Amino acid sequence: MSYRLVYRRVCPRSFLPFCRFQSTLVVAEHNNDKLTPITLSAITAAKKLGGDVPCLVAGTDCAKVAQEVSKVLGVKTVLIAQNDAYKGSLPEELTPLILATQKQFNFTHICAGASAFGKNLPPRVSAKLDVAPISDIIEIKAPDTFVRTIYAGNALSTVKCNDNVKVFTVRGTSFEPTEVDGGSATSEEVAVSASAGMSEWLEATLTNSDCPELTRAKVVVSGGRGLKNGENFKLLYDLADKINAAVGASRAAVDARYVPNDMQVGQTGKIVAPELYIAVGISGAIQHLSGMKTIVAINKDPEAPIFQVQSSTLHFHVASIHHVHCVNLARFAWLGRCNHLQLFSLTRLCLR
Amino acid sequence: MSRVLVGVKRVIDYAVKIRVKPDHSGVVTDGVKHSMNPFCEIAVEEAVKLKEKKFIKEVVAVSCGPTQVTETIRTALAMGCDRGIHVEVSGKDYEAMGPLQIAKIFAALAKKEEASLVILGKQAIDDDCNQTGQMTAALLDWPQGTFASEVTIDGEKVKVVREIDGGLETIKISMPAVLTADLRLNTPRYATLPNIMKAKKKKIANMKPADLGVDMVSRVEVLRVDEPPTRLAGVKVETVDDLVAKLKANGTI
Repeated sequence: MSYRLVYRRVCPRSFLPFCRFQSTLVVAEHNNDKLTPITLSAITAAKKLGGDVPCLVAGTDCAKVAQEVSKVLGVKTVLIAQNDAYKGSLPEELTPLILATQKQFNFTHICAGASAFGKNLPPRVSAKLDVAPISDIIEIKAPDTFVRTIYAGNALSTVKCNDNVKVFTVRGTSFEPTEVDGGSATSEEVAVSASAGMSEWLEATLTNSDCPELTRAKVVVSGGRGLKNGENFKLLYDLADKINAAVGASRAAVDARYVPNDMQVGQTGKIVAPELYIAVGISGAIQHLSGMKTIVAINKDPEAPIFQVQSSTLHFHVASIHHVHCVNLARFAWLGRCNHLQLFSLTRLCLR
Repeated sequence: MSRVLVGVKRVIDYAVKIRVKPDHSGVVTDGVKHSMNPFCEIAVEEAVKLKEKKFIKEVVAVSCGPTQVTETIRTALAMGCDRGIHVEVSGKDYEAMGPLQIAKIFAALAKKEEASLVILGKQAIDDDCNQTGQMTAALLDWPQGTFASEVTIDGEKVKVVREIDGGLETIKISMPAVLTADLRLNTPRYATLPNIMKAKKKKIANMKPADLGVDMVSRVEVLRVDEPPTRLAGVKVETVDDLVAKLKANGTI
């Protein structure tokens, strides 16, 4: 049943603007096999707004993902659009689809996770609707009031959006992902839009990694310029393996091509919010540190900005462990299974 | 392929520690060092390189804001842009100005200047929105090559390698198009003294949003700006044992 039908029965015409039934369309991000976890955080945010939560699954082969979404607790309807034109999730192709869906259902809100996909597509949709998108929200105060970070997380801005449809993206680390269990959404096919034909997806080169995903990890180990080259990152990968951490890097390390771009942590890379962040050989520029809880910094430069950060950080000045015996390192209990030589090598490296 | 528009934004310098105003209405900007948004520098560099490779004939630097933004346009001219356009926005309009209004201005200018490409920075380091390029493309109904780490002109099309969450993605889009520059697209040049002197003679045209038929009304209000939750002071430890003890006391392990 369309939402227009529902509120026409409930509200006299003169009251229509005040009686608009709240519903938030979540645009799912997926790879035609699995739903991307950040979509589950977007669904949590959508549920917080109250009202219905339909979810749009558009792609070249939607059945499996649509099935997964239908089990997500709180999703009311799965809207499915399958077409070869949606290969690569090109925003030029998905925008007309979302606009048509909006015209049909008149959602009050449209959202997606603030991933590369979510940053690319919703602003295009909102400009077509002549509304201002609100990007990367960390909190919802009211259906029209959101909190987001500015200046690399050094300030929080509370904004009120008076547009008739709110388009926003959701920071994955700020909203717990909804359970993929207990939901029983209905499915509905939506009409596929004609191809815009102005863009073509060619290929993707993705880094294969067995490490936990950076934006979801509880523990992150990051390397910076202090590691000197890409080979030395092996020490971090080995450490991360032992303690089930994700591996990240500072912008400087990525710029110097020690590691690929998808490992960059910070304002212009990935936002991480681990319980424990270990920064090895990272100077600690403001833009790198937003979102971190407990920070352990290992650096031979006592003047490095990371040591000036007002935070619950434990500043481990590397030079002073130069004389610590291996037996002390072995007692680094929380690293438990980590070979003490690995940690020793790591710190020796930073001292060079 | 004749003309490229490049957007440049004047922002608080990236190295400055910002302060929130005591009345929570915004961030302190008076008397604070400002410079060109780092992503805009990369956008300018890419446009100038395209001109040096003879893919385009003219690069026009555009900025929206009060008089001070002309300094930022001059920097772009010193880097190699041919001329500038200053769209005057000041007072309450400037405070309320957001990516949607900027996108409308750029879309109008792109049509007026018959640009083949609009190149913007991926995001501004003050509002961290990452929206303007995408919205400009939507308003023009042009394709968008966002978060570009490599741009290659191939006849009437542009091949763009984009930085995405899992790695890199390659797309091919037709021109005219909007591109947004990511960090590793290039390394911006420093303006040399002779170029800075030459830039003083280059033209900067002035206009108002109304001249372009753009309505600056914004339906987003900033209710308040706050500092993030206060962090506790850091602690220096000398040995691994101390570190482990502190992490245990902290409840982290």
